[in-house]
Amino acid sequence: MTHSPWSVDAAMAVLEPLREEPGPVLIALQAIQSEFGYVPTEAVALIANTFNVSRADVHGVLTFYHDLRTTPALANEIKICVAEACQAVGSRELERILKTTYNDQVCEAFCFGNCALGPAVMVNGKLIGRATPTKVAEEIN
Amino acid sequence: MSSIKVYVPGDSAAVSVGADEVALEISRLASASNVELEIIRNGTRGVLWLEPLVEVQVGVDRVGYGPVRAEDVAGLFQAQFLTGGSHALCIGEVAQLPWLAQQDRITFKRVGIVDPLSLSDYQAQGGLVGLERALSMTGEEIVAEVIESGLRGRGGAGFPAGIKWKTVLETSGESKYICCNADEGDSGTFADRILIEGDPFTLIEGMTIAAIAVGAGEGFIYIRSEYPAAVAKLSNAIQIAREFGLLGSSVLGSGNAFDIKIRVGGGSYVCGEETAMLESIEGKRGVVRSKPPLPAISGLFGKPTVINNVLTLASVPAVLAEGAASYKSRGVGRSLGTQIFQLAGNVKQGGIVETGFGISLGELVHGYGGGSLSGKAIKAVQIGGPLGAYFAPKNFDLPMDYESLIAAGGMLGHGGIVIFDTEVDLAIQAKFAMDFCAIESCGKCTPCRLGSTRGAETIQRIIDGEDFEPNKRILLDLCEVMTDGSLCAMGGLTPMPVMSAMINFPEDFENRGGGAK
Repeated sequence: MTHSPWSVDAAMAVLEPLREEPGPVLIALQAIQSEFGYVPTEAVALIANTFNVSRADVHGVLTFYHDLRTTPALANEIKICVAEACQAVGSRELERILKTTYNDQVCEAFCFGNCALGPAVMVNGKLIGRATPTKVAEEIN
Repeated sequence: MSSIKVYVPGDSAAVSVGADEVALEISRLASASNVELEIIRNGTRGVLWLEPLVEVQVGVDRVGYGPVRAEDVAGLFQAQFLTGGSHALCIGEVAQLPWLAQQDRITFKRVGIVDPLSLSDYQAQGGLVGLERALSMTGEEIVAEVIESGLRGRGGAGFPAGIKWKTVLETSGESKYICCNADEGDSGTFADRILIEGDPFTLIEGMTIAAIAVGAGEGFIYIRSEYPAAVAKLSNAIQIAREFGLLGSSVLGSGNAFDIKIRVGGGSYVCGEETAMLESIEGKRGVVRSKPPLPAISGLFGKPTVINNVLTLASVPAVLAEGAASYKSRGVGRSLGTQIFQLAGNVKQGGIVETGFGISLGELVHGYGGGSLSGKAIKAVQIGGPLGAYFAPKNFDLPMDYESLIAAGGMLGHGGIVIFDTEVDLAIQAKFAMDFCAIESCGKCTPCRLGSTRGAETIQRIIDGEDFEPNKRILLDLCEVMTDGSLCAMGGLTPMPVMSAMINFPEDFENRGGGAK
């Protein structure tokens, strides 16, 4: 996953096509994150101005959703499902093991809809079923 | 001679256990030996324990092999699998597999069989018949047919779909919306995702019928960000439907305009609650709305709105195509038609089981599920997602329908069944339910926002073996407040897993010497 460096022009190119969309704030934030890997502070005012909403509203949306991040993405994003179905097949133990290797690159998620083939881990957007430390390592290398 | 057809599921569950690598290897070995074949990336049949399940068209049958790993492919070629040759992984004709043959697939009729993005496949398998019939009827007639079928909301609440539609039909408004809730956040559920990835046109057709019935011009599908492959499949399917004229300014040339937009969620569980979902589609924080007004009267952007789950809308084409009488001939009591159960967690044969309501819990867990994956005894099952109840094997006679589950202190929810072996500690699971609520609460009402944190603390004290009786009284009192005082099901149902765990597994709570078992 490669992301562009922040620039107002690049951000406007992302936001411009959304002008006609109803209720654009969340999709604008998602579009910014997909372009830059995160939502830089400068983007909040830009979105507020572009769509004629208050900065407080944009900030409120930005801080509500777990997916949206305000710091640049890490080298690897390892999301482990810790919801019930994956707990039933040992995701807590797998999480403990993965954290000893990958530290803060590991974050918890609740359900990828792969509940019959757990534990489920998503590594940089790729879903792994019946996940093991070995399968995760193969995906990262 | 036409080329040989080989099916390798492109569904994310199958891909998560190596289906892409299997497809590549088949294609590589075929070209190495100059064999002409067409690889179709179908959806999964829901037989997830056999994935990747490779199927070969042999005459009118499809012969299956599974679970296939990339390193098995060379052996399959040696065994002449392209002509249905025998091999240790061969399961015979897939449709005759007892696990599938015993099911009654109505909503999932085409899933795993068709090429998900082929409209000609879709039509060859009975697609668009329901919509064509709907276009010859008035809105009132369509609504009457859906009411007559007994179809209830498959998202969890079980509200009669036709009654909801009737309210929207009878509410005047220059614009109305159809919103499909594909925010399938419950652990142990994946039927929405599999349907969208395997047969997206069924959902599009169902939404279009709803639009024709109530007079809506625009639809939204709100789908989770955790389902990237489903989002992609649906975007493609919508584009194909537009080009075909199924969506657009004149649906199948009828003069009725209807189009669908996709909105992707932000990783928030509470956005599966219908009013939080509306807020999120409007681009706002996913904070629950007070009801009334009902969304059917004042919903998305304040307009009359039909909100239904994926499975509800995807059942509508079959209801219209085959008629209400045929649909409601399945099921029991007031739970009519088929339910799509999902077997998940520590289960040997997990996947999709579509069958009439009323099947027993034990038949699903042992008959279809084949027991636990680990081989250990089953200790608990949780039905209906993270807000559903935990039951013990002593409850396995329970018939699976809306009313029986409510009477037993549980709920059917979205039909997910998560199986746990003897390793599970129900006090830890009860604490997890409260922790999850604390993380995912929208924060609008106090019982949910504060109660979940206090509940987690209290259960932790019970786990630590501290003053069991007084802490139990506090927890029971707190659960009562959350159940009766929360604005929506998030806080209102979090006590369900907690209470059911305490009632059905008291030994996990009493007299703990401290710490996890």
